[in-house]
Amino acid sequence: MNLPLLSLIIFLPIVAGTVMLLWPSASRDTIRRLALVTATITFLLSAWLYVRYDFVAGGYQFVEKYPWLPDLGISYHVGVDGLSAPLILLTGVVIFTGTLVSWNIDRPREFFGLLYILATGVFGVFAALDLFTLFFMYEVAVFPMYLLIVIWGWEKTREYAGMKLTLYLLVGSVLALVGGLAMVFAARENLGYLTFDLLELEKAGLSVGFQKFWFPIVFFGFAVLGGIFPVHNWSPDGHVAAPTAVSMFHAGVLMKLGAFAALRVGVMLMPEGAKFHLPWIILLTLVNVVYGAFIASVQQDFKYVIGFSSVSHMGLVIMGIATLNHDGLLGSGVQMFSHGVMTALFFAVVGMVYDRTHTRHIPSLGGMMKKLPWAGVAFIIAGLTSMGMPGFSGFIAEFPIFMGVWRYKPWIAIVAAISIVVTASYVLRVAHKVFFGPLPEEFKDIPDINIFDRVALVTLVFFLVAIGVFPHIMVPWIESGVNYVLTILGGA
Amino acid sequence: METKILWLLPLSPLVAFALIVLFTNRNRALSHTLAILSVVLSWAGSMFVFWRALQVGAEHLAEEPFHEVVDWLPIGDGFFRLGVQLDPLAAIVLFFVAWTIVMIFIYSVGYHNFGQPEGDHDEKGLPPHGATVVDEHGHKHKVPSIEPMYSRFFAFVSLFAFGMYLLVVSDNLLTLFAGWEIMGLCSFLLIGFWFKKPSARDAAIKAFMTTRVGDVFMLLGIAYLYTQVGSLRYADIFNPETLHHLATHPAPVLGMSAAGLIGLLLFIGTVGKSAQWPLHVWLPDAMEGPTPVSAMIHAATMVSAGVYLAIRIFPLLAAAGHESAFTSPMPIIAFIGAFTALFAATIAVAQNDIKRVLAYSTISQLGYMVAAVGIGAYVAAAFHLVTHAFFKALLFLGSGSVIHGMEHGVLHTGQHIDPQDMYNMGGLRRRMPITFWTFLIGGFALSGFPVVTAGFWSKDEILSEAFGLGHMGVFWTLAIAAFLTAFYTMRQITLTFLGRPRTEAAAHAHETPPTMTGPLMVLAVFAVAFGWLGVPEHFPVLGGLLPSWFQEWVGATFHGLIPEHGELTFSYFPLTVSLVVALGGLFVGWLVYRGVQRADQPDPLEKVLGPVYGVLENKYYFDELYSYLLVKPAYWFAAVFAFRWMDRTVIDGILHTVAHLSWRLGHFLRNRIDLPIVNGFGDAVAEGTKGAGRLLRVVQSGRVQHYMLMALVNAVALLALVYYFVIRS
Repeated sequence: MNLPLLSLIIFLPIVAGTVMLLWPSASRDTIRRLALVTATITFLLSAWLYVRYDFVAGGYQFVEKYPWLPDLGISYHVGVDGLSAPLILLTGVVIFTGTLVSWNIDRPREFFGLLYILATGVFGVFAALDLFTLFFMYEVAVFPMYLLIVIWGWEKTREYAGMKLTLYLLVGSVLALVGGLAMVFAARENLGYLTFDLLELEKAGLSVGFQKFWFPIVFFGFAVLGGIFPVHNWSPDGHVAAPTAVSMFHAGVLMKLGAFAALRVGVMLMPEGAKFHLPWIILLTLVNVVYGAFIASVQQDFKYVIGFSSVSHMGLVIMGIATLNHDGLLGSGVQMFSHGVMTALFFAVVGMVYDRTHTRHIPSLGGMMKKLPWAGVAFIIAGLTSMGMPGFSGFIAEFPIFMGVWRYKPWIAIVAAISIVVTASYVLRVAHKVFFGPLPEEFKDIPDINIFDRVALVTLVFFLVAIGVFPHIMVPWIESGVNYVLTILGGA
Repeated sequence: METKILWLLPLSPLVAFALIVLFTNRNRALSHTLAILSVVLSWAGSMFVFWRALQVGAEHLAEEPFHEVVDWLPIGDGFFRLGVQLDPLAAIVLFFVAWTIVMIFIYSVGYHNFGQPEGDHDEKGLPPHGATVVDEHGHKHKVPSIEPMYSRFFAFVSLFAFGMYLLVVSDNLLTLFAGWEIMGLCSFLLIGFWFKKPSARDAAIKAFMTTRVGDVFMLLGIAYLYTQVGSLRYADIFNPETLHHLATHPAPVLGMSAAGLIGLLLFIGTVGKSAQWPLHVWLPDAMEGPTPVSAMIHAATMVSAGVYLAIRIFPLLAAAGHESAFTSPMPIIAFIGAFTALFAATIAVAQNDIKRVLAYSTISQLGYMVAAVGIGAYVAAAFHLVTHAFFKALLFLGSGSVIHGMEHGVLHTGQHIDPQDMYNMGGLRRRMPITFWTFLIGGFALSGFPVVTAGFWSKDEILSEAFGLGHMGVFWTLAIAAFLTAFYTMRQITLTFLGRPRTEAAAHAHETPPTMTGPLMVLAVFAVAFGWLGVPEHFPVLGGLLPSWFQEWVGATFHGLIPEHGELTFSYFPLTVSLVVALGGLFVGWLVYRGVQRADQPDPLEKVLGPVYGVLENKYYFDELYSYLLVKPAYWFAAVFAFRWMDRTVIDGILHTVAHLSWRLGHFLRNRIDLPIVNGFGDAVAEGTKGAGRLLRVVQSGRVQHYMLMALVNAVALLALVYYFVIRS
């Protein structure tokens, strides 16, 4: 381990982003090329890291640890396990495809600069093994989001949505931070010294009473970002207002950040608290799953459909985590990756349609299959994934989740299964109207998508199909991560 | 060798699908060659495997099916293994699937007018409208035109074939489910093939959504099964210990055993896929697709898959019914099957569209099979499944041929009539003799015309088992349905082929090309001959002449897994009933409809039945009922309750209230506290200082004399004070 691969992945985007922001004389094309090169390298590095992760050995790999504020027990400590390796890859995929579909964005310098700062934050959270590093990176990820939405977003709602999103997420992170500090200080009682290191905190033996009190605060603080009911509302509004690449990042990666951190900090540090609070959390996620799907089915705005479908699918992710059993966690792990890629694909397609038609109103659209066949096929594949069709990654994810939920309480699985039917209904409705419906006169001459868009679509589709057909290119990674979580749950 | 070929059976159409989509979609001839070649390959492979299975023998094959596995999905401790398997049941299903699929593919070439010119103003997404050609004499003729999305059609049906083959050769429920879902997707794509027709679009969505409801339950059943057994392979599920464990383990709901609930959940999948009541509504609408698709869905693949599943899980159902402490799912299954059989047959009586009659007849016949499973006669169910697949494929393709001939007449005469309405036909036997004779064979098989047709043997077996096992309710329901079946079949044949043409178009109808009539003739052979494989041993005169091969073959599949009931004693009663209903129904049908002379004449039954006829014609208003009971409340729930009220009013309302209150608080703090008090204090200090400064300014004149004077005054005052306070005291 000579090359600090993980740190390279984490910091490459922010370095490139800073260079862009500080290089005023660079032309538009220079910036775009720099952005594309950065995104491609980051993508390749994250894929390399994913491939190199040894799931047979399991545990944390690519670990790097440097003291940061040693007096406070804070260090820069990063590493990946079987659960976070796919998420690092996911972030690489989304940054690469997001860059491609934003090729013609206004003011690329500021846009890509901020986007890459955000990317560093996301990578950092997934890799963090130190609570302070995690919070630090978390804020790095949330802050540029506000600017990206407010500056490049949809004129009508961007200020409202940007503010809503930022407030929700900041409140969530404050809750989580307070809980995190409480844990650190409680752990000092047991350990005798101050540390923010997650691996040490895991072993701190926090008392059951402490866990029962603090678990919901920490879990909920992070789950806000995962879009848990009833604090999910920032997410559809945020998705709709954001520009395409930001929506892709937002729904594809950022929401996973919440679920992942809720697992890593909430469940893994306070397993007893998790077991105690499981029943009502799973009910909330059940609401997410069904309610989100129903709302998605009646939206007239193309982007709101996808936005609420994310609420529904993220509900499945958190539900799988909340089952605390092998199948549920395994499904959640796959679903985080699968949903990330799928939603990114959805938003990419919506963006392509909107850029050409300047409307997202479903009844006004039609005939896009003829004008944008690549986007149409991509949408259908994303749709099939979202309705859990075998052969696509969604099935590999949802089947274990349903099995895990059935093990916990069969009736919850039965109610949650309603969402599968409703999902199919809205996907088909949109596909039929927007892509197969009659082509309105005013869209007769819209141009087809360019080569960058095509590469982005093909990349995203590749992952959905590859995992659907060959699940063993991802499941063993997640399995090894899940087994570690299960030892914590069993041993605590 | 056999197992390697089993892998290839589904793969070959999949490869054809991929090649057509990616490379050959602009070349029609190449596309259909690829598609047909792929299914012919699968057909040849199936026949080879079937032949090998025959050599091995049923009992041996049931003990040790052809079987091979590879690792696929890692769950739990090990990999989920993906495998192929062929046992006697799968072998027999493979046999009819291979034959019908090949015939449907060949037929499609003619049906989509290959070799005809491009249409004058055809467009993708609509059926071809016909082309104008000029012959050597300069006369203009209107002739049928080629389907604009010809290659796409062959790509989709190839994918369909892939799904079915995958389902049949699968050795576990998970890949079975994958094939099942792929077919659901293909049915969506093909029913909505002419996507610019709104009715086709709606029908496609309806079909997909309705079957999806069943699929979700099936998925839950699979999940439940997996949590109980830890495997989804048939070999692991269908062994005595596992079945015993499942049958004695209580399920959380309905007072059933685990086996019962799993069986019921899986069976709901069958209800959706095989269009049983109450999920039958999608199937008639599915007639919007091209006719080969109807044959594909209704005979060769999708609906057969549903019944195949029900037979496949029969040991589970039987085990669940065996343990008396728990509720058995079997009566529910028998009820749904028998009820559907009768219910759909009554609707079929009042339909005028030639394809819709067949659609309801399919639902009804599937009801027979499901009822047979429900009473424990799974061999009879499998037998009817096979014979039905042959004669129903024949009937659908035959009806497509009729419609094609009628369309030819419509184009020729320019008459604007519905070419699918049987009242517009009549007398087609002279114009389309091959279609007529093959349709007659298919129709008689469907009606159970005694001895010569396959349908007779399979239907009779279900009836006599129902009678022999003492299920009298099922027996009589199915017997009445059988009468109606014969009746509406003869109604269809009489209206379509007999009598004289009732329209100009019918008078100018034309026999279809050999690519269409050829498959009809092949299927007609099976619609007759397949029945002879299953002549019961005790049948008068014929019994024993031919061995009852089918019973032994399929019966071996679950040998040792299900409690055997003893040999049924032969009774003349069910045989007599089945003869009477079949011949009686045919005769009455001919008697009532032979007199129909004009296309706009009301149906003779309408007079007899009065308002009941309207109810039948409108399919008991099930579409409307579901719309009011399910679709509208669901929409209301989503749009009004969840979205408008909960999401936007309550949750956002709380948020906005909090935001508003913070704003108000800010205002309050600013205007009531900050400005008057905090600011006021600061200002007061500043103002006071300023005022003091202003007052004192006068003394700051800058003149030395004033300062000196002031210093003097101050010194005197100071001295006075010192004197007053210090010295005097």
